[in-house]
Amino acid sequence: MSKKMTGADMVIQALKDQGVDTVFGYPGGAVLPIYDAIFQQSDIQHILVRHEQGATHAAEAYARSTGKPGVVLVTSGPGATNAVTGLTDALMDSIPMIVLTGQVPTFMIGSDAFQEADTVGITRPCTKHNWLVKETDKLSETIHQAFHIATSGRPGPVLIDIPKDVQFATGTYTPKAKAHVKHYQPQVKGDLAAITELVELMESAERPIFYTGGGVINSGTGASQLLRDLVKSTDFPITSTLMGLGCYPASGKNWLGMLGMHGTYEANLAMHGCDLMINIGARFDDRITGVLEKFSPNSKKAHIDIDASSINKVIHVDVPILGDVAHVLEDLLKVWKSRGRKTNSAAVKKWWGQIDEWRAKKCLSYTNSDKIIKPQYALERLEALTKNHPDRYITTEVGQHQMWAAQYLGFEDPHRWMTSGGLGTMGYGVPASVGVQVAHPDALVINVAGEASWMMNMQEMGTCTQYNLPTKQFILNNERLGMVRQWQELLHGERYSNSWSESLPDFVKLAEAFGGKGIQCSDPADLDDAIMEMLAYDGPVIFDCLVEKHENCFPMIPSGKAHNEMLMGDASTKDAIDAEGMTLV
Amino acid sequence: MNALSLKKGSSRKSAYNLKNTTGDTIETHTLAVLVDNEAGVLARVIGLFSGRGYNIDSLTVAEINHEDNQSRITIVTTGTPSVIVQIKAQLARMVAVHDVHDLTVEGPSVERELAMIKVVSKGDNRVEALRTSEIFRASVVDTTLESFVFELTGTPEKIDAFVELMTPLGLVDVARTGVAAISRGL
Ligand SMILES: Cc1ncc(C[n+]2csc(CCOP(=O)(O)OP(=O)(O)O)c2C)c(N)n1
Ligand SMILES: [Mg+2]
Repeated sequence: MSKKMTGADMVIQALKDQGVDTVFGYPGGAVLPIYDAIFQQSDIQHILVRHEQGATHAAEAYARSTGKPGVVLVTSGPGATNAVTGLTDALMDSIPMIVLTGQVPTFMIGSDAFQEADTVGITRPCTKHNWLVKETDKLSETIHQAFHIATSGRPGPVLIDIPKDVQFATGTYTPKAKAHVKHYQPQVKGDLAAITELVELMESAERPIFYTGGGVINSGTGASQLLRDLVKSTDFPITSTLMGLGCYPASGKNWLGMLGMHGTYEANLAMHGCDLMINIGARFDDRITGVLEKFSPNSKKAHIDIDASSINKVIHVDVPILGDVAHVLEDLLKVWKSRGRKTNSAAVKKWWGQIDEWRAKKCLSYTNSDKIIKPQYALERLEALTKNHPDRYITTEVGQHQMWAAQYLGFEDPHRWMTSGGLGTMGYGVPASVGVQVAHPDALVINVAGEASWMMNMQEMGTCTQYNLPTKQFILNNERLGMVRQWQELLHGERYSNSWSESLPDFVKLAEAFGGKGIQCSDPADLDDAIMEMLAYDGPVIFDCLVEKHENCFPMIPSGKAHNEMLMGDASTKDAIDAEGMTLV
Repeated sequence: MNALSLKKGSSRKSAYNLKNTTGDTIETHTLAVLVDNEAGVLARVIGLFSGRGYNIDSLTVAEINHEDNQSRITIVTTGTPSVIVQIKAQLARMVAVHDVHDLTVEGPSVERELAMIKVVSKGDNRVEALRTSEIFRASVVDTTLESFVFELTGTPEKIDAFVELMTPLGLVDVARTGVAAISRGL
């Protein structure tokens, strides 16, 4: 039953066999045979982006909002190099993505041919794995292996470089079921002895906390459900990293909000003061830990992670559990229940008393104004007016607005929040909103943006118009590279070197030029109506929300400080960071 | 991924402590890494070491199983205990890597290296070079009236010692293979 076909047809056949319905891409000389094959079929839709970086972020967000891998198709040379940022972003945030690149014909490789680049060399450190396929006979099996590797274990991006002669030549198609994938099978079941050890610690813990991350979301919706069961039955408090938002509902009573550099007071102090920290699918990133020597000094730490290299990398843990979150949580619940569902409830109740005191500090309060829109207020209103929407997705760019979005928007479910966490890629949000809207055509997709980041990939507005993608570009326009400005204020003696946005376009006209609708709002009194107008419009909108230019994002753990040395909104921030902290990022 | 023993206390401190870690002991470990013998696999391994700032003291690679298309890379590396654990975990999670063995901790092992040493000399020095080579059981693989090429196999320390002795006797060139290592016994 092995069929003969051209390499280009094999690509399409393999994608179909993998259940792919959408490819984000951009054509060029070295992928013309594949584009020809795309033209002659209708099972897979191709979304023509405006820049290959856009294709990668769109595919990442498609993946994150559906749980399926994202697929990208670009040409050789500049097409491939433009994909590098997206590959790195996906590697840092563990997003399953398959990037197919065209390459010059095999007999020209190494000759500095037109649009030749050493794509596998360039992308080796920013992919989970990559391949240069030199024989058509091996192409389909490689594609099936690529999907397997991108989606198993800790997910990540993979790349397949396909020379043009391999696309033209005829070979034998290997069906998905026959592809050799056996040797890469990461361990998913956790060690029962270690799980039992964790249960024992949970039974006696006086000040426990769940510290969750993107691994819960990557493990599938089942993992989030198990986590909710676990939190409900133990009544332990729970916090999450930026990447884990939505794995536990923001409206849930045990939710402490996000932790880390711009996390809540209660989450960070609970992390600092806990006696049992249960890390589920997070990785002790430096935005989370603050200075390592002072990180949660008096706790026993357990760490559930599918990637052994994440365990004991940054923080030594007492109970390492290697495995997939959903599998481990299932066993954890079983063991805990079979041992009589015990917790040290009297002590935990006292712990909640302490946490409620921290909560009472209301760390996210800010001084509002009736003259100028505060960015926090804009997001509070956006939240109030959209949280009951049955199908809302949020993407962001990178900067202050991103942190405010994480603080002021609530996520009830996984897969609803797409943001560039590990790499912090400005320009992620616009293409990400494209990817989400393509995957969910009837949903409300809002990109919470800063004006500077937004302009880094604003060409994708053209994609929105072409494919009738009614994304809402909600720009918190402070005419500043706000996060940079904040650091310069705190760290560099208020010398605001190159951190403002000058010569900004007229965003309303820009929206119209792209064929969408533009709305500008500068008066807090008009904000609700303007947001409603945005929501009511059936098409892409650029919302230019003129906000306070000098607002800082708090709470903030300055570099080189510990969780209990947080700066609050009203704190004097002068000299908050010492010389040592200044050298950190 | 059986090279990973995630034992408690396996790393007391972070592998990525920004603070100077000179207080930590630096250990030398010999790792045997079984990999797919595919294009770019060595670049992947070397790229991991350079990208993450690990040391490579010695590295050898050759195909060891033609049928399964597998190569064995022997790496001698140094680092604090936690860095060594990280290196093994980072290697083990690479798709092209089948197995990682830390020969330094997995029981007794033997390490050998091959060197070729060229000595150019006349008269007494030439006689002394030849005499010393016999003590070390080096063999002469090439000779002219004024030169020898010795071949010597042994531990890196033995080769170091031989090179040191040859230096005043007219040593002009050394080629070393790097370490190959294997566990002892069954
Ligand atoms: C591609 C890229 N370049 C530079 C940075 C550094 N950076 C982080 S936030 C920021 C400013 C972002 O400004 P804006 O998008 O307006 O957001 P704001 O902080 O003002 O909300 C910069 C330059 C980055 N994260 N990504
Ligand atoms: Mg800005």
